Amino acid sequence: MIRFGVIVFPGTNCDADTFHAIDAVMKQPVEYIWHQEASLDRFDCLILPGGFSYGDHLRAGAIARFSPVMQAVERFAEAGGLVLGICNGFQILTEAGLLPGALLRNDALQFRCKWVDLRVENAATPFTSLCHSGQVLRMPIAHGDGRYFADPDTLRRIEENGQVLLRYCAPDGRLTEESNPNGSLNAIAGICNDRRNVFGLMPHPERCVEPALGGADGLYVLKSILDNFADPAKVPVRHHAGGAPAGRDESSLPEGGDGAILPPRSSNGALGSGGSGR
Amino acid sequence: MVDSKVLAEVALTKEEFDLIVEKLRREPTLVELGMFGAMWSEHCGYKNSKLLLRAFPTESSRVLQGPGENAGAIDIGDGLAVVMKVESHNHPSAIEPYQGAATGVGGIVRDIFTMGARPIALLDSLRFGPLDQPRNRYLFSGVVAGIGDYGNCIGVPTVGGEVFFADSYSNNPLVNAMCVGLIDSSSIVTSRASGVGNVLMLVGADTGRDGIHGATFASVELNEKSEERRPAVQVGNPFMEKLLIEACLELLKHDYVVGMQDLGAAGITSSIVESASKGSAGVEIDVLKVSRREANMTPYEVVLSESQERMLIIARKGCEEKVKAVFDHWGLHSDVIGHVTDDGMVRVKEGPSVVAEIPSQYLTEPPLYRRQGLKTGHLEMLQSFDLSRLAEPADLSQALLTLLASPNIASKRCVYQQYDHTVQTNTLVAPGEADAAVLGIKGTDKAISLATDGNGRYVYLDPYIGGAIAVCEAARNVVCTGAEPLAITDCLNFGNPEKPEIFYQLEQAVLGMADACRALGTPVVSGNVSLYNETNGEAVDPTPVVGMLGLIENVDRRCTLRFKHEGDAIVLIGDVRGVGLGASEYLAVYHGIVAGRPSLDLEMERRVQNLCLAAIRQGLVSSAHDCSIGGIAISLAVSGIFGGLGARIEPPREATNPSEWLFNEAQSRIVLTVKSANLRPLAKLAGDLSVPLAVLGEVGGDRLLIGSWIDLPVAQMAAIWDQAIAKQLSNH
Repeated sequence: MIRFGVIVFPGTNCDADTFHAIDAVMKQPVEYIWHQEASLDRFDCLILPGGFSYGDHLRAGAIARFSPVMQAVERFAEAGGLVLGICNGFQILTEAGLLPGALLRNDALQFRCKWVDLRVENAATPFTSLCHSGQVLRMPIAHGDGRYFADPDTLRRIEENGQVLLRYCAPDGRLTEESNPNGSLNAIAGICNDRRNVFGLMPHPERCVEPALGGADGLYVLKSILDNFADPAKVPVRHHAGGAPAGRDESSLPEGGDGAILPPRSSNGALGSGGSGR
Repeated sequence: MVDSKVLAEVALTKEEFDLIVEKLRREPTLVELGMFGAMWSEHCGYKNSKLLLRAFPTESSRVLQGPGENAGAIDIGDGLAVVMKVESHNHPSAIEPYQGAATGVGGIVRDIFTMGARPIALLDSLRFGPLDQPRNRYLFSGVVAGIGDYGNCIGVPTVGGEVFFADSYSNNPLVNAMCVGLIDSSSIVTSRASGVGNVLMLVGADTGRDGIHGATFASVELNEKSEERRPAVQVGNPFMEKLLIEACLELLKHDYVVGMQDLGAAGITSSIVESASKGSAGVEIDVLKVSRREANMTPYEVVLSESQERMLIIARKGCEEKVKAVFDHWGLHSDVIGHVTDDGMVRVKEGPSVVAEIPSQYLTEPPLYRRQGLKTGHLEMLQSFDLSRLAEPADLSQALLTLLASPNIASKRCVYQQYDHTVQTNTLVAPGEADAAVLGIKGTDKAISLATDGNGRYVYLDPYIGGAIAVCEAARNVVCTGAEPLAITDCLNFGNPEKPEIFYQLEQAVLGMADACRALGTPVVSGNVSLYNETNGEAVDPTPVVGMLGLIENVDRRCTLRFKHEGDAIVLIGDVRGVGLGASEYLAVYHGIVAGRPSLDLEMERRVQNLCLAAIRQGLVSSAHDCSIGGIAISLAVSGIFGGLGARIEPPREATNPSEWLFNEAQSRIVLTVKSANLRPLAKLAGDLSVPLAVLGEVGGDRLLIGSWIDLPVAQMAAIWDQAIAKQLSNH
């Protein structure tokens, strides 16, 4: 069993959906974490869900990053723990410097809620290991500030380093202007950090975990996390508080490109309907 | 001291003032006068509509809470209840569209969680003037953004609604927001203040000068000077609302409170008066204990402020600290502002001095008016307008494309893509995919279906039939998803009821709605009345908006409107011979004529809904879409556009007038598609239920072919239909 923690800031509004996906659909233990908590040692994976933490006042994610829990999240990530930021969670992770770049106002200057197609760019990460490179996933988006931006050097670095995990695309995987819903640079929908243990994306995997909801492709991301733990070779070794010093542990995570890639799967229904944990 | 200017400020007449003096046996203080003005306004007191509203049926075996509380509640089985209400925010939105619409959403959401229910869905019924006028574009864009930003932030999906455009709504848009909540049926909370010594706590936002006289402002006509009322429009803070939702729902898990009441129109005044009168108790508050965001506020301003995101909690004596701790956790402020008494008085103090002292029932029992309605000669003339000599369009395909591009028919995607409709992960049928939205109820096999409806043009041309159609069409919409209609909430948007022709519209529409509710077994459980929707003396089209709740027992048997399979038979059920172009969109858009009258047979309506529901439940139906605005042609076109499939239709031989067959808006008709093997069982079922049925053709190809009249590629129709509104917005 993988122990998930779902972090709740004032104004978070996808906490219950994320909890439901992990608890009722994936049958994994999960707890809410209030933003004032500072001890996260009991978890294997932290999720920063979507919403409008602090009402997006000042700037999306700008206030939440100063919540007490964020220092603990930083230590957790530094120790190699898996951190997933969805939508507002992604915005908070960029504000906190755990992920490079920033999320700006959509180019249409309007909120967008729709289903989008996403091309998997790197399947060799703990969050995409059940996908294959080039696979097209379908997920909902719902955001007003989702335009990914980074300075040219950062952009080049994350591209070369395989940190771009998902790009908005057409249903056949081509990158087109129409398929980019918010004007993101390089059609970027999700990125990870250099060590591949922190992942942020604007689409909502927790909103597509059962066919009745219009699709179950979100499980490719969420179940990749389980898959990662199912293979002991891929389990990240973390230093718990009171244990070894919280130094960087670079060895425990797959490096870009040489992690085990699962056999290709079709984009439709390979993971079946929701409800059955792996 | 009290002159006509003061009375105008509180929107009371001289006669009403005299009545107050007679009741109190003294002149009211200024604070008291303000409280009477607010509580006796149409918005709070329903003085022009209450007698009419008694025509509505309000009970059924499923109704747990009817009109009178913050919202109605309906039993959906499995120990669960749905709580719902629709409310207007027309006047504020006319002045300040973004905040007006946003606070409309905030207010209706508070009505729902005040009952203890978690808000699970929002719907919005909107009316604007034509988009070729800049002011209307400004109002449209502002309202949509305001609704979106508020609902998106609080994490309640906006799953449905309508948008309709007509001249009469220019400068007086209608913004009706409906909220739906879910609750354990044993946990419904009421707003009663009872138990002497129990404590009144005000929680949430601090109180400012915003929105003073909002309730009275909403009960007078708009004019050039309305812009000066901008300060009477409140400003919303959805982040605060989200915290309030969570804190209040958490509070109700404990036994700390006896009642809860949100602060809406007339602020502290209405919340303390309503809780006192419902609890048959008295209340006493001290305005000095109310936290303010502005200095030097008078008692008058404090009790009439409509600052948003505030709640009144009636806490058990001794539980104040526990209640405070819950709100503290969510970073929310709470003040003890008073207590419950047993003398039946509403007493407002400022420190030691009493500034208002009124028996609560005086405030909740305004004078009730039954005015005289008058059917005008103009209406008679419109109804008898001779439609027989209309020129037939030279190109019917072109006429269909013209209708598809009408903003009333065109896709509303540019609106609903600004609303988060997938949050909470219950949305099984999203906006546009069916005639109603469908939300799954987690932990059960059930789903609920939600729709709003109300065609102002129909009601204008025949208030009784138009009112009945609003109920029937909303019911038909949920039936087309496979849901049984259970109950309605309604918002009555009309002009100035003191004018006989307007009162006629109001009275007839209510009677029509009431008869339809009885025929379909859908009682009214909550609602709102918005009168005085006039700008410079011109009333809006009379627009009752009906919010319908339907229940799907087996979620796997839900139905959508898109054509599913090549070769499916296309079947029309119900009033298959429907005729008459009166009141139709075709008449308005193609010929520029608003005339004739709609028609309706309630018995046929009931039977066709029964048939559709039975057929969907038996798994016979691939798609269902009712014929409404734009007629059969639009119903077929839209199902084809969504399915990416064409159709081959053979009109009946007796249909000699093509435009009438294609575009008439006869009610009680649903287009079903069924696999050919299901045609026979469907026909048998229709026979058993005495519903006429006609096979129109079959699904297939990539063109819509209707006899020799229509031949259009589905892709061409889709492009025009999808882009029409965005095009109108960007053309200017």
